[in-house]
Amino acid sequence: MAELFQDLLRHPPVFINLGVRGFGDALRESGFEVVDVDWSPPAGGDPALAALLDDLL
Amino acid sequence: MARQTVVLKNRYFDSVFLMQVARRIAARPGIGDASALLGTEANLGVLAAMGYGGLEGAGPGDLVLALAGEAAAVAAVAADPEALLARGSAPAGAARAPRTLAEAAAARPDAGVALISVPGEHAAREARAALEAGLNVFLFSSNVPVEEELALKTLARDRGLIVMGPDCGTAYLGGAGLGFANAVRPGPIGVVGATGTGLQEFSCLVDQAGSGLSCGIGTGGRDLADAVGGISTFTALEALEADPATRVIAVLAKPPGPATTARLLARLGRCPKPVVLCLLGAAPAGAPGGVQLAGTLDAAAGLALAAAGVPGPWPWSGDPASLRPRAAAALARLRPEQRRLRGLFAGGTFCYQAQAILRDAGLAVASNAPLKGMPGLPEAGPQGDTLVDLGAEEFVQGRPHPMIDATLRRQRLEREGRDPEVAVLLLDFILGAMSAPDPVGDLLEAIRAAREAARARGGELCVAASVCGTDRDAQGLAAQRRALGGAGVELFPTSAQAAAFCREAMDLLKEAP
Repeated sequence: MAELFQDLLRHPPVFINLGVRGFGDALRESGFEVVDVDWSPPAGGDPALAALLDDLL
Repeated sequence: MARQTVVLKNRYFDSVFLMQVARRIAARPGIGDASALLGTEANLGVLAAMGYGGLEGAGPGDLVLALAGEAAAVAAVAADPEALLARGSAPAGAARAPRTLAEAAAARPDAGVALISVPGEHAAREARAALEAGLNVFLFSSNVPVEEELALKTLARDRGLIVMGPDCGTAYLGGAGLGFANAVRPGPIGVVGATGTGLQEFSCLVDQAGSGLSCGIGTGGRDLADAVGGISTFTALEALEADPATRVIAVLAKPPGPATTARLLARLGRCPKPVVLCLLGAAPAGAPGGVQLAGTLDAAAGLALAAAGVPGPWPWSGDPASLRPRAAAALARLRPEQRRLRGLFAGGTFCYQAQAILRDAGLAVASNAPLKGMPGLPEAGPQGDTLVDLGAEEFVQGRPHPMIDATLRRQRLEREGRDPEVAVLLLDFILGAMSAPDPVGDLLEAIRAAREAARARGGELCVAASVCGTDRDAQGLAAQRRALGGAGVELFPTSAQAAAFCREAMDLLKEAP
C-alpha cells in the first residue's frame, strides 16, 4: 500500500525545495510551508565523482 | 562594441534565477546584450556562436556571464559580478539554510514531498536521498536515464512512496499546485497524467466548466513505457481509489507500451469509480466496462465532467463544423507559394496531440518529438510542414523551459516569419504560477512582425493559437486571449481545436491548385 503517499492527498504537505527557487516561492505565496535547500552540484559538478564519493562514505 | 565573458568557477544558480540576472544586466545603460548561463556544453556552444571567446576551461559547474555593449558599461559589470548575483540577504538571526536534502529532512521530519529541479545529471542522486529520507518526490528535472527512473520508482514503491517524474511539470496535492500548476478550484475529479501540459489543459478545462480537481498526480512521460511498467501510475490509482474526495478518475498519457497497456486496462477495469482513459494518438481497440476512452484532452475533460454530473456544453465546447469555413476565410489572401504549416509549442503534449490530430486525417508533419510513424525534423534544406516542441530536452539543458523564457521560441518565430512558404503558424500559450508574467506579450511583437512581413510580400499569414489557463492565474486567461485577438490571431478555446483548425487549413492547401 502506498500509505505514505496517500496521506498527502488528505493533508497539506510540508515541502522541501531543491533547485529552482521559484517553485518554492510559488508554494510559499499560496500559504504552504517550504524548506529551501541551498543546493550546489556535489563534487564540483562531476556526477561520476559524486557517485564515487557516495560509495566511499 | 565590447564583448567580454566572466567565468565564476563552481558557482551554481538555477536557470530561472540566471534568466532574471541576465535581464537585470541587459537593462543597465550601455549594455546591448547579456547572458548568464551555466557552462554546459550546449550553452558554451551558443555563446561561441554569438562570437564570445574566453570560454576555455568553463564547465557545467561554472557560471558564465557574457556581456556586450559599451566598453565602460561592460567593464563595470565584469568588475563586480557578485553585486548582480545577490539573492537578497537572509533576515538577521535566521538559521542557515540546509545545504543537503538529508539536512533539510532532518530539520523538518514532518516534510512530505521533495521538489527536485536540479540539472538532470544530479537529479537521480538527490531523488534517491529524498526517498531514503521518507519523502515523496516531485522530479521536475529532465535528462534522467530510464534505468535510473526504474530504480527510483522501485525504491519508492517498496517504501510506500511515489516518484512523480522525471520531467514532471505539474501536480496538485493536498490543495497545493506544484511546478507549472494553474489556479484550479477543488472538486471531485482526480487525475493521473503522464503528460505535463496535458494535465494542465485537462485541469483548466474542468475548472472553466465550473468543476475542479481533488488531486492531480504527474508521473513523468515515460512511466507507462514497458521499461518502467507504470509504477507511479499504479501507485497513483491506488491512492485515488482510496481518496474519499475523488469521485471520478481520469488517466492521461501518450500511448503506453503494449505489455503495460494490457496491465493498465485490466487494472482500470477493477476500479470501483468511473474512469476516463485518454491515450493520445493511439486509442486501444476496446476497454473494460466502467472505463470510457477519449482520444483528445477535450474529450477526456468532457467525459470526466459528465461523469461528475456536469453535463455539456461547456464554455470551451467548439463547433467542429465551423472550422473548415473559418480556415477557408483565413487562407483566402495567401500567395500561391504559401503552403506550409509551422507549429511552435511550449507544451510538449500539445505538440504531440496536434500531430495525432493531423495524422488521423492522413496528413504527415515532421517533428523533433515525432509520433510513432511520423518523420523527424529535417536537419537542413526545405523544412516542409513541421511541429516543434521547444520544451524538449535538447532545448532546455541549462536554460529555462519555454513557458518561462520565450527567447528561443521568439527567435524561431522570427525565422518562420521570414519564410515565404509559411501559410499557417500554430502556437500555444500556457499560464500558471511559474510561467512567464505575460506569455502572449513575449511573442506579440514577433507575431505582428511576421504578419506584416507576409503582407509586405503580397500575402497574409494565418496565426492560430490557444491559451491554457484559468482566470485566477496571475496572467489572466481573458486578458491573454484579448491580446491575441487584438493582433488578428485565430483564437481557439483549446489546443485540440486549434490543431483541428490547422488540419482543415492543411487539407484546403492540399486541394488548392
